[in-house]
Amino acid sequence: MSTVGGNMAAPITSEADGNIKENSMFLKKTLSAVPPLTLRIVAECPVTKARACDLTLPHSSVSTPVFMPVGTQGTLKGITADQLEGLGCQICLGNTYHLGMRPGPELIEKANGLHGFMNWRRNLLTDSGGFQMVSLVELSEVTEEGVKFKSPYDGKEILLSPEKSISIQNSLGSDIMMQLDDVVSSTVKGPRVEEAMHRSIRWLDRCIAANKHPDKQNLFAIIQGGLDAELRKACLDEMTKRDVPGFAIGGLSGGEEKDDFWRMVTLSTDHLPREKPRYLMGVGYALDLVVCVALGCDMFDCVFPTRTARFGSALVPWGSLQVKQKQYAKDFQPIDPDCQCPTCKRHSRAYLHALFKSDTAAMHHITIHNIAYQLTLMRSVRQSIVEGRFPEFILTFMKRMFPSPDQYPGWAVEALASVNVTLE
Amino acid sequence: MAGSRMKLELSKVVQGRCRLGQLKEIGRMGQHSLDIPGCLLYSHLGTVPHLTQDTLHTLSSLPTVTQVTLSNIAEHQEVLDEFKGGFKTFAGLHDTVLYCSLHDSAAHRPTGHTTNKTVSVWGSGGRIELTVAKFMALQRMVQPDWYQAMADGETWQTGTSRKRVRKSVDRSLAHLDECLLVHQKSQELDGVSVFGVVEGGDILEERLRSARETAKRPVAGFCLDGFQTGAMDQALRSQLIAAVTEELPEDKPRLLQGVGRPDEVLACVEAGVDLFEGFFPFQATERGCALCFRFDVTPDPESAVADEGRHAAGETQPNGDLNCDDQTHMTRFEMDLKDKRHQDDFRPLVEGCGCYCCRNHQRAYVHHLLVTNELLAGVLLMMHNTSHYHSFFRAVREALANDKMDLLRRRVLGTLTE
Repeated sequence: MSTVGGNMAAPITSEADGNIKENSMFLKKTLSAVPPLTLRIVAECPVTKARACDLTLPHSSVSTPVFMPVGTQGTLKGITADQLEGLGCQICLGNTYHLGMRPGPELIEKANGLHGFMNWRRNLLTDSGGFQMVSLVELSEVTEEGVKFKSPYDGKEILLSPEKSISIQNSLGSDIMMQLDDVVSSTVKGPRVEEAMHRSIRWLDRCIAANKHPDKQNLFAIIQGGLDAELRKACLDEMTKRDVPGFAIGGLSGGEEKDDFWRMVTLSTDHLPREKPRYLMGVGYALDLVVCVALGCDMFDCVFPTRTARFGSALVPWGSLQVKQKQYAKDFQPIDPDCQCPTCKRHSRAYLHALFKSDTAAMHHITIHNIAYQLTLMRSVRQSIVEGRFPEFILTFMKRMFPSPDQYPGWAVEALASVNVTLE
Repeated sequence: MAGSRMKLELSKVVQGRCRLGQLKEIGRMGQHSLDIPGCLLYSHLGTVPHLTQDTLHTLSSLPTVTQVTLSNIAEHQEVLDEFKGGFKTFAGLHDTVLYCSLHDSAAHRPTGHTTNKTVSVWGSGGRIELTVAKFMALQRMVQPDWYQAMADGETWQTGTSRKRVRKSVDRSLAHLDECLLVHQKSQELDGVSVFGVVEGGDILEERLRSARETAKRPVAGFCLDGFQTGAMDQALRSQLIAAVTEELPEDKPRLLQGVGRPDEVLACVEAGVDLFEGFFPFQATERGCALCFRFDVTPDPESAVADEGRHAAGETQPNGDLNCDDQTHMTRFEMDLKDKRHQDDFRPLVEGCGCYCCRNHQRAYVHHLLVTNELLAGVLLMMHNTSHYHSFFRAVREALANDKMDLLRRRVLGTLTE
């Protein structure tokens, strides 16, 4: 059995080796003057739990709340690095599982890390590969060692251990790395959830120990515990004892009920340290973003805006617009007349509708618009927090998004009420 | 003359046929010019394949003429009719001259549907039949700066009978006359140039007849049709084109349709062609290939040494088949980026190429994008291939100016060793 990339996950070899490694890492820690992550809280909403922060990372600073587009395989689906930078994106995601398979960590290291490989000079966040284990791959077995699975390319058995995941992420050189967690779908109930939560804590410790570049790469913990408040609280208590630069809230954004979802989010932010960033994984619908900012989250990622773009679905403040539908064939206004993105400044719904029949560039136009929409939304959210008018922003946002108050989703109304925002 | 003020200024003519110069005062406002020999900017519905305006404009010198085709546009007739503002505005195009052709030379074109009064184009929804009336209605809605007259060019299949070839010439002349009549009555087409289309298959007499007759009409220039790659070998093509251009007025441009391969381009320039369609970079892109043929002819001792090194390393092996008539197959002018040998090659696609892809990315990255089926592969390759191809045309003009065509041909074919 070979591990990802071909090397066996190494247990401690000899005490001498272990000591040398520890000493050099200690030296690195004391010698580096600038920590690889600093969070400066610029404003806190007096009504909700929202914050606006400046997050300084090795490659550039990031204004939060922030939405991070997902560039799974070292590319953002048809958009060049320049275009992404031009839209104001300061941090995006790469995927350890995919890149670990192709082209593999050794090649990317040779290319000066994922930054060098993609030629992206701002920040990168890589996830651990854990989620793909659950969502994509024929799962063989989860053991204390790691996750055993079959490679979809050559059928070989591979082990993704905490050490291996961190090793790949070290090679990728991302600014933020995620621990390998024992991922369990949010619809699973019973003892498996508790087992996964405890194991994630043990894997966190192994990930911390395995990080070769703590001076340059920030390792985030991922709070698990499913939809069980007690399990989640236990996980929070334990993980916050570890001195990691940031925390992610994981195990949500699956198929769970929104009523359970928001309660776990707010429970998590209640018990996470104020002065460290909170990353809510897999959340990207506009409504979810706004509500979860109110609940105290700073960072978000989701494939939805870029994936839906390729099907011709354009995101707008009042929902979405399916450009490929007949009704837009003769609609000569831009997707959103108020949007300043390159697509809306130049092209009409009608042209994009027609272009979908002729060329893939149609998808790129919508992708650019959707990323712009997400980034603009977060920028507006941040601005309203800084200016002390976030609750008003929420009200305006809801009015625009939903035709009438009786269409406001119940979970959102409750969640916002829990942080003192009353929707009509 | 059909509304045109297009002026051809020749600075040099070689052997009475091969021309260097500039096409001036093109566009309705007469504000653009195009160096010849040159190529047009190939597009799908006004969009250069895979590219948005941002990525398109990373290219430092774009051809001033963008080509659109009725095969893309015809199905949107109703929309354009309602829009009323012309295609350029509809598409949000940059400041460019718009040339409207009938067919897309890079798209498969089924045969057997042409009649005395109609030709057919294939849109995303299927076949659309065009009469001259409908053809001209489309032109009035598109409002191009210049278009080709409707023509019957279905003569490229082997074994096309003489009778069929003769019909294509007759029909095309009739279509041209009808187009011109409608053109003169159409206000929307005021100032717009019309090109007559020379047909005749592979039959010399028919080619000459078509050329002479078309030349009698008040057109701004000539399209040479039915010569596309695969229709005949280059020797015959050169022979026929040379004979045809003999019959055409010197002061009007000649646009060759369906030919894009660099070696064929060179031969056709020498036979008297001024303009080419720009679809070849797109075809290479769709194959996952990067154009890499050389076209430098200035003596450079350093590159000569580099050449020797590459010979030794086996790198100058032809990548594809020179005599391949199938436009979908890889040619010797490109490299297959999907090939494993590029997996850890951190050089740019082409050393010294100034395009966005070569300035910012490496072969290994493009290889990865192709292997993982990522959309960005097409974007980057299109940028590189377009840039490379247009630089080639610049090299053709320079070679003509400096009497280095022979050197250029050998360099392009990879047979130049010094």
